[in-house]
Order: sequence, then structure tokens, then C-alpha cells
Amino acid sequence: MLTFVIIYYAFLIVACCVAGYYKYRTALLLLFTLLCISMISGLLFGADVLVNITICVALLAAAAGLSYSFRESLIQVLPPEGAKLMRTAPLTAAFGLLVIIAYIIAAVFAPVIAPFGEAEVVGSSFAPPDDLMLLGGDQLGRDLFSRLIYGARNTVGIALMTTAIAFTVGTIGGLVAAQMGGWVDQVLGRIVDTLMAIPQLIFALLLLTIVGTSVLNLTLVIALLYSPLIFRLARAVATNIVVMDYMEAARVRGESTWYLISREVLPNITAPLAAEFGLRFCFVFLAISALSFLGLGIQPPTADWGSMVRENATLISFGEITPLIPAAAIALLTVAVNFVVDWMLHISSGLKE
Amino acid sequence: MSEDDKKSVLLEIKDLKIEGYSDENWIEIVHGIDLTLHRGEVMGLIGESGAGKSTIGLAAMGFTRDGCRISNGTVLFDGMDLTTATRSERRALRGSRIAYVAQSAAASFNPAHKLIDQHTESSLLHKVSSKADSQEDAIELYRRLRLPNPEEIGFRYPHQVSGGQLQRAMTAMAMSCRPDLIIFDEPTTALDVTTQIEVLAAIRDIVDQFNTAALYITHDLAVVAQMADRIKVLLKGDEVEEADTRKMLADPEEDYTKSLWAVRSFKRDQKSEPAAGETPLISVKNVSASYGPVKVLDGVSFDIYRGRTVAVVGESGSGKSTTARCITGLLPPTQGEILYDGKPMPPNYKNRSKDQLRQCQMIYQMADTALNPKKRIGEIIGRPLQFYSGLRGADLKKRVDQLLDQIEMEPSLYYHRLPSELSGGQKQRVGIARSLAADPAFIICDEVTSALDQLVAEGILRLLDRLQKELNLAYMFITHDLATVRSIADVVVVMKEGKVVEMGPKEAMFQPPHHEYTDLLLSSVPEMDPDWLSNLLDQRGLDNIGEAAHQKKT
Repeated sequence: MLTFVIIYYAFLIVACCVAGYYKYRTALLLLFTLLCISMISGLLFGADVLVNITICVALLAAAAGLSYSFRESLIQVLPPEGAKLMRTAPLTAAFGLLVIIAYIIAAVFAPVIAPFGEAEVVGSSFAPPDDLMLLGGDQLGRDLFSRLIYGARNTVGIALMTTAIAFTVGTIGGLVAAQMGGWVDQVLGRIVDTLMAIPQLIFALLLLTIVGTSVLNLTLVIALLYSPLIFRLARAVATNIVVMDYMEAARVRGESTWYLISREVLPNITAPLAAEFGLRFCFVFLAISALSFLGLGIQPPTADWGSMVRENATLISFGEITPLIPAAAIALLTVAVNFVVDWMLHISSGLKE
Repeated sequence: MSEDDKKSVLLEIKDLKIEGYSDENWIEIVHGIDLTLHRGEVMGLIGESGAGKSTIGLAAMGFTRDGCRISNGTVLFDGMDLTTATRSERRALRGSRIAYVAQSAAASFNPAHKLIDQHTESSLLHKVSSKADSQEDAIELYRRLRLPNPEEIGFRYPHQVSGGQLQRAMTAMAMSCRPDLIIFDEPTTALDVTTQIEVLAAIRDIVDQFNTAALYITHDLAVVAQMADRIKVLLKGDEVEEADTRKMLADPEEDYTKSLWAVRSFKRDQKSEPAAGETPLISVKNVSASYGPVKVLDGVSFDIYRGRTVAVVGESGSGKSTTARCITGLLPPTQGEILYDGKPMPPNYKNRSKDQLRQCQMIYQMADTALNPKKRIGEIIGRPLQFYSGLRGADLKKRVDQLLDQIEMEPSLYYHRLPSELSGGQKQRVGIARSLAADPAFIICDEVTSALDQLVAEGILRLLDRLQKELNLAYMFITHDLATVRSIADVVVVMKEGKVVEMGPKEAMFQPPHHEYTDLLLSSVPEMDPDWLSNLLDQRGLDNIGEAAHQKKT
């Protein structure tokens, strides 16, 4: 252990000096902060912390390296326009893209990747991880890893579906309200106000209790609850567009409302809508997980991450991390989507570094 | 101040190069400019947009916009090199010894604070004087700039005073620390002619009184002729030539300068009066209109005949554009009617037939907002063809190519471009092509040239004139620029406060006697003669220009 500690500090100090000598300001600051943190925590908690810090830094570095190589290979592979876009993308965006792609692959090829079936009982309940079950078993002895993979399919798939419906309804409503104005705008606006006046989760619980908890109902209810937010965004950005001269020109030409909103307005508001899509997707995702956690979401034995957290929740009191794994899956996807959304917002706002 | 002191050099720019960052490269946009400005001297910087006028103006303060950098050369202000000065040194200069007056005062004032609080801000910041002294000084400056109610006007908010007053308040603000140098960046471009003149008079007056040096940036030659002692002509980041104003106006050396000077020469003859008994193509009959309870048009009537151009002139707010909105049906009139070829048209565009809509097209002032930024040129021009004539596929492409040829743009180059990839003049041409695509008999041109450089604007006017001859189009030309009227109108309609004040054939309208409002408009248009402003002020007195003249009458 002593050698490790010596090498650890020697490496950090040398790295700081090198960064300082070649005037890499950011690198120097990062390394020096790391050095300070290591010294304090090393003194307080002993050498074990240093090992953990090393593992964390190594993981971060691995993620950064992976994202970097992913971005560079995309630049080589993509056509010129896409390559130009990727060249300006920050590493976080590349990381987000990479994670999202990984999730999509997991969801699409779930039966191929997962070693066991979704509802297949393999071992004893709460079995510890071994060669057979990578992450151990759940409360019924099903393979957690397999369920995690299948969960991607259900959770992400349903969230995507829900968000898409919410966006279609909300955007069309918002654009119609902005373009038509007058009483149409008033009526739609008041309906939306009413929907938004009731707390979302309680409203969802109420509706689901009334209509029953099938996947279809779940999708429609959450879509209904989220569409007012999209409506307000779409209406707000579209009101800036409908006053433009080209809109007036098209209106005087005699174009129909559908042409106006779909061909003239929509292309101009895709950037904010796409950014909102990413954010909303995360919220819908969390809402489904929350409902599953409460028992009104996706019903067993279908695997989804929210209910997986609930099913294994008892393990938390024993200091096990098993219930945190599906939670981490949710968190990682949320972070990844937000990285990509941030990047898209940055592009759409036209800011330059 | 002694003669020596007056002549000493205040600002010396040597071999200034500025680069801008675009597409991951630094591109040079100003290629080595030298400039020497003495104390108390006014230098005019003129050129088209993109010539680097504003960039050089800002660089004189040691400042560059985001994404730009000074790559070479020195900016010596009173012996101090601003390119190497530290940020705090430069900050100490700005506002106190160098001041800046921006093009749009309305956008530059903070709408949440009173004028006088914004006025005193810089002198307090630079600890030049106390708040009370500074306020007193502000009132004195307002008085000198001939703002109405100088004691009281500073305590208003920016939206409570008119555009011309705001621009003068901004000039007063720039004077608050008695700077040695003021940079005026197109201070009157956004103003009406009658308002412009009083701002010009005020600026010239105050610069004289305090012996302030100034860089006056504009694209309007007639304005710069009034203001500047010397003129520097710029083109695409290079200097073309520099000379004293009188010499420059009388005898420019370079061809480019000559072409700038010659711009205002385009003029076509007035067409013959239409035959008696000919039905006017569009007839505006006694139209009144209002926005909510506010009446904006009051009994407006005029006729437009085939192949003729009617120019509607007046200041902003006089109801020119509202008349156009009534004709297109966007604002149904409360009284009166619009006749097309003798037959009344439904007042609301929604009730008009496709053919009626097709006959009456519009070209807008701001080509930027008139073209959908997400559509390609071919699509923009093609849509009316598709919509009205149902053209598809190869026929459509062929007709769009024809139209692009007609507006003198190479089809193969531009068909697939986006509006953001075009220059201002090209965008305006695309706007023209889009209205031509509907195959109309009548086109409303709403200030089509006022956002363009003079050379480009002249190109557009010539194009419109050619198209009128070829296609026998009728134009309604809304403008506040009388030079434009002079060049292409057949009939002139003068509007004020929603009423037609005077109208008649162009030749008659430019001969006295006029209605006094027409007279005010005509005489307020700057001329190239450097003595014009002084003569006019001598003739009419300071109280008889701009808003003051209005107030006297009402």
C-alpha cells in the first residue's frame, strides 16, 4: 500500500509541474485540486480513499477517452455536414450520444443480449452476483441483469411513445392557437390552464385509477398530462414566427392553416422543440418510473426500472446496492439525454465559443 | 484653446488589421487602415454595409465585437496605444474621454431607467462629478440640444419620448463627461427625414461648441457632406480614398467613389397621363381604418392605373403601410372600399378568391423577415407557382429558373441556397421574384430599398422599372425617401396622420407651390451640397425644422 501511495502522490506532483511548465491552465488547476483533495482525504480517511479516487478518476478518464474516440470516429465516418457538426461538439455531447446509442442497442436486441428471459426464475431470491447471474437475483430469484436489459425496452420504449404523442398533440395545438388567435387561442389556452391547475402526479393517479393500468392507458394518460407544457412552449415560440413578413405573405397568398403551421412555422421552431423533447423525455421517463414505484405503472412481471427499484427496495436496509442499479440506469440515461440536449440548445441559440 | 492645441493629433490609427472568426478560421475583415484625427475635427467614414465602418469605429475605442480581434497595427489615442492597453486602462477612457452614439437609441437605452439616471451614470462611474452637478449639466445639455422642456424631459422613461428626441438625449449622454472623441455610428439612419435634420443640426452644434473630435459613420453621402470636415471612403475593409469634404464632393479621384456619387442619378421620365375614361386597376375609395379604437386612416382615396407607379410618401405613422394593409385585405377598412378593375373586392383577404389574391402582391421592407429562413430559394419562388398555377416537377423548375433569370440571379447557383446565404440586395430580388411568380397585375412595394445600400438600392429600382416595362405592372411605392420618388414615380401621394395631404403627377409635385407639409418634407431631404444644412438653418431658423415645425402648426 505504501508504494501505491508514494507513486500516487509522485505522479500527481509531476503532472502538476508538467502542466504548469507548459502553461496548460485548466489541466494544472484540475490536477492541483485533485492533489489537495487527495492529501486532505488521505490524512482523514487513510490510504483506501486514494484507491477509490484513483478508480473514479480512471472511470472518468475512460469515459472521456471513449467519448473522444467515438467522436473522432464519427467525424471520419459521417458525411461532411455531420462531421462539421461533430467537430464542434463537446465531449459531454459525444458521451451522451454514445450512452443513448448503447441503450437503444440494449433495447432493440434485448432477447439476444440478455442471458435469461424477462420473467424466468433462475436462482434463489436475492441471490448474490456470481458467474451465472452477473448482478445477482431479485426478490423472486430472477436474473437482475436480464431484467435490466428488458427494462430498457419497456421503460425507454413507453417513454418515447408517450413523449411523441405529447409532442404531436401539444405542438399542433400550440401552432393552431398561435396561427388562428382569437377565440381558438382562448379556448385551447383555458383547457390547458385547467389541465395544468391539477398537480400532475395526483391527476395521473386519479386517471389511472379510473381507466385502469394498461400500457396503452398509461401512455395516453401521461401524454395528456405532458401535452399542455408542450402546447405552451410551441405557442410561445410560434407567436414570434407568425408575425413575420413571410407568414403574412403566405397568408395573403391564401394558404390553408395546415400549410402555414406545418410548412412555414414548424421548420423555424424545430430547434427549441427538439431541445424540449430531450428534457421532456427525461421527465416522462421519471414519471413512469415514479408511477411504477407506486404500483400504478407498468405491471409485473414486465420488467421496468421504476418497479425494479421498488421490488428490491428492502435490500437498502441491508446495505446492498442492488436496488440502486436500475436507479443508476435511469440516472445515466437522464444525464446522457441532457448532455445531448444542452449541446442542441447551444447550437440552436447560435452561440459561438 | 490655442490654435496649436486644436490642430494636435488626437487619434492615430496605423495599419489596423482586424480579423473575424468564422467557420473555424480567422478571416481578415479590415486590411490595414490608417487614420489620423485631429482635435475638434469631424471625419466621416462612408461605405456600403460590410465595408468595415462600424468595426473601425469600435476599434477606435480599442474594442472589437465578439468573435473579432485586432491582429495588427496600433490605435494611438492621445499617445496611448489602445491595442496594448490593459482592460482597466481602456475602461477608464470609455465613456469619459471617448463616447459612442449607436444607431438605434431606442435599443440602446435601458427601458427600465429614466433618461437622466442613465445620463449621469458614466460621470458618476468615472467620478467626474457629483450626481446633483451631473443632473444640472444634463439639463443644460438638453437645453443646448434644443429638447423640449429640458428641465423635465430627463425624468421620463425612454418610451415616453420620440425617436428623434431619444437620439438627441443619447448625444447629450455621450457629452456628459465632455469626451475628446465621440463615435457616431449611423445616428440618424433609423429616423424620418424631418426628424433627422434636427438631430443633425443638434449634433453639429454641440460638436462645434465643445470642440469635440468625432468619427461619423454613415452610408448616406448627403448626411456626411453636412457633418464631416474630411471624408474617408471604405470598401470591403480597404481604404478607397480620403480628402476634405468639399474636394471629395467636387472631384473624387477613384472610380468607386464616383459611382457612389452618381447613384442618385437614376431617373426615369414620368409616363403620360392615363387616357380619360380608363378604369383604374386599383381604386382606393374613401377608406378609413382603425386599430382598435385608434383611427389610423381617415378618408383616403387615390387611383392606380395599369403600368403606372404611385409613390406614397410621408413620415412613419402617417398611415402609408396601413393603406397597403387595407388594399391587401389584412386590415378590413371600417369605411370605404377597394375597387379592383372597377369591381369592389371583399374587404377581408379570407373572403377573396384565389385570383383576386394573386393579382395583388407585396414586396416587403425587410427582406430578412420576408423570406422563410428555413426554405430554399427554389421553394420560396416555386410555392406561388405551385399554389396558383398548379405547376409541378420539371415545369415548376423551368418557370423558377426563368424568374431567377428575370431578377438577374444565376439559377444554377442560387436555386438550392438558403436566404441566409444571400446578400441583402439578393434577398430583396428573391422577394420580387416571389411576387412575380404569382403573375400579378399590381405590386405593393413597402420601403423596398430603405434597408439597402445606395448602389444596391439603385439596382433594385432599375430592376423594378424594367419589370414594369416588360410586364405592364402597376406599383404602389411606399417610401419616405424622396430621392426614390423622384427616380421612379408617376404620381405622388403625400400622407400625414392618416390623411392624404396632397397628390398629383410627379413633375407637378416637385414644383412649388406645395402644401406646407409637402414643402417641409421636400426641404428636409439632405442634399450633397456641404452648405445645405447651414443654408437651410439660416433660411428657416432652428425653430422651423423637424418636430418644432410640426408643433408650431398644430
